Amino acid sequence: MSLSLEQSPTTGDEVITNYTINFGPQHPAAHGVLRMVMELDGEIIERIDPHVGLLHRGTEKLIEHKTYLQALPYFDRLDYCSPLGMEHSYVLAVEKLLNIEVPLRAQYLRVLFAELTRICNHMLNLGSHVMDVGAMTPNLWLFEIREDCLNFFERASGARMHSAWFRPGGVHQDVPLKLLTDMADWIDERLFPLFEDAMSLVVDNRIFKQRNVDIAVVSKEDALRWGFSGPMIRGSGIPWDLRKSQPYDVYDRMEFDIPVGTSGDCYDRFMVRVEEVRQSARIMRQCIAQMPEGPIASTDRKVVPPKRAEMKQSMEALIHHFKLYTEGFHVPAGEVYVATESPKGEFGVYLVSDGSNKPYRCKIRPTAFSHLQAMDFMCKGHMLPDATAILGAIDVVFGECDR
Amino acid sequence: MTVFHSAPRWSSNEGVRDALAAALGDMLLSSHEANGEILLTVVRDRIEDALRLLRDTHEYQQLMDIVGVDYPQRPERFEVCYCLLSVTKNHRVIVKVSTDEASPVPTVTTLWPNAGWYEREVYDMFGVLFAGNPDLRRILTDYGFQGHPFRKDFPLTGYVELRYSEEDKRVVYEPVQLAQDLRQFDFMSPWEGADYVLPGDEKAEGAKA
Repeated sequence: MSLSLEQSPTTGDEVITNYTINFGPQHPAAHGVLRMVMELDGEIIERIDPHVGLLHRGTEKLIEHKTYLQALPYFDRLDYCSPLGMEHSYVLAVEKLLNIEVPLRAQYLRVLFAELTRICNHMLNLGSHVMDVGAMTPNLWLFEIREDCLNFFERASGARMHSAWFRPGGVHQDVPLKLLTDMADWIDERLFPLFEDAMSLVVDNRIFKQRNVDIAVVSKEDALRWGFSGPMIRGSGIPWDLRKSQPYDVYDRMEFDIPVGTSGDCYDRFMVRVEEVRQSARIMRQCIAQMPEGPIASTDRKVVPPKRAEMKQSMEALIHHFKLYTEGFHVPAGEVYVATESPKGEFGVYLVSDGSNKPYRCKIRPTAFSHLQAMDFMCKGHMLPDATAILGAIDVVFGECDR
Repeated sequence: MTVFHSAPRWSSNEGVRDALAAALGDMLLSSHEANGEILLTVVRDRIEDALRLLRDTHEYQQLMDIVGVDYPQRPERFEVCYCLLSVTKNHRVIVKVSTDEASPVPTVTTLWPNAGWYEREVYDMFGVLFAGNPDLRRILTDYGFQGHPFRKDFPLTGYVELRYSEEDKRVVYEPVQLAQDLRQFDFMSPWEGADYVLPGDEKAEGAKA
């Protein structure tokens, strides 16, 4: 953190003027490349001007030059802590324009892995949040769980982080039965013991509470005005979860509870995420128990490519495969805005199609953008070290914020 | 249209379009409903009034996003779309205005404080001006960036690239040099309304004449 004095503080009874410091862009608590110009009065924050865009890669422009299928892996690279949550919005947007039916097994698989992604994401966020306010051990334990999650992703898709596993029309590959049973065992035998152990160190800890309770209190009205979503809006006491209110895939068949905060401070946001992990595990158990057998992707051969074995026998399958991997499928003209409950909040995709094989425009609605914008409003009057706790409770990832 | 997809299902659109169209009155230019979305196009200068009406009397409390879209062939080339969400009615609508490079769109920061960054982003990416936004700086592009990268006439590769210069001991900006041209494949099927002349076709036309 560099420190520059606008005017040297003088000794004696002189009034000390405000000074401006740069928080980041290279700072361990900035969760990436965030630069915040902070105006401080002593240790009290007067004003914050976040400078974002240091990780801007022009994803939306790149997507306009790719086919619908080629554009999918870009979504992993937005919020690289919860890749499948991003893919979910995109495939649903494409499916909404195409209006194709997704087989039930594929819907279950997508929900199962979306919830695993939520656990994976919250492990990183909860861990780094407690580390930002000074505790080391829980983070190391939570990373054990995260490592297990990444191994599951690897077993399903072949990649630990950038899975690119969801497809318009379903998922790319089926999972072996052993993976599902291992997942069910893991939830009982590993996730809960480790997670509850780690949380027992934190949730009633005096130092942790001193750093988080009553920090950045956001009222219900303000949460709505600032466009909050996800754990941020639930922390403020509004029971709003897109999985419940606007269910997609098989979320309407799942039983789960929506945790809400009571006072809208950083501690509430933290506790909302802690409870969400338990609820996600509950959804995963239901998915594993209810998952039917069947195809894992739509059988519409104009959208989903055939199996390789089929291509060896069928001329038509070969043609479909060739056409889908060169030209890609065409999507009917129209525009849709599809938002899902990603681990961080409402992640939306505004997709404009002109009827060709490439998106005409694909606007990505990042969750962090409106949360980070409220940084100035939430930090005003707090101490400088509180800024890291507030930032940790926002759960910001810059791949997504800057796109 | 039967719904087959499993995208998010919010409360029914039935009657909403007519009710909102009636409420907006002369502010509304057109409205249509497609793919389960309600799209309302309003008069540019009245966008603030229209959104205030939707927020205060029709319970669309949240502004989730502002989207810019560029259609270079239109007289007013930019479309600015406001995605609204009602958490009480559990419903979404999209409100649009169109504009060009010169005419500013009235700001909605007066209604939602989070519109500030969204408008900055649309300004940065498309060059759409927002009248009344108190802080219309660039947001996502580099300090000192020129041009508006998401316009359709802005090349994908951009105009400048930067590297760290060992001689100057600093980052330098240079014009983009591509070792090979960026390849764009044309996948439009010649049987489905491609509008170019296929090689050899001119001979057939010539023979007829």
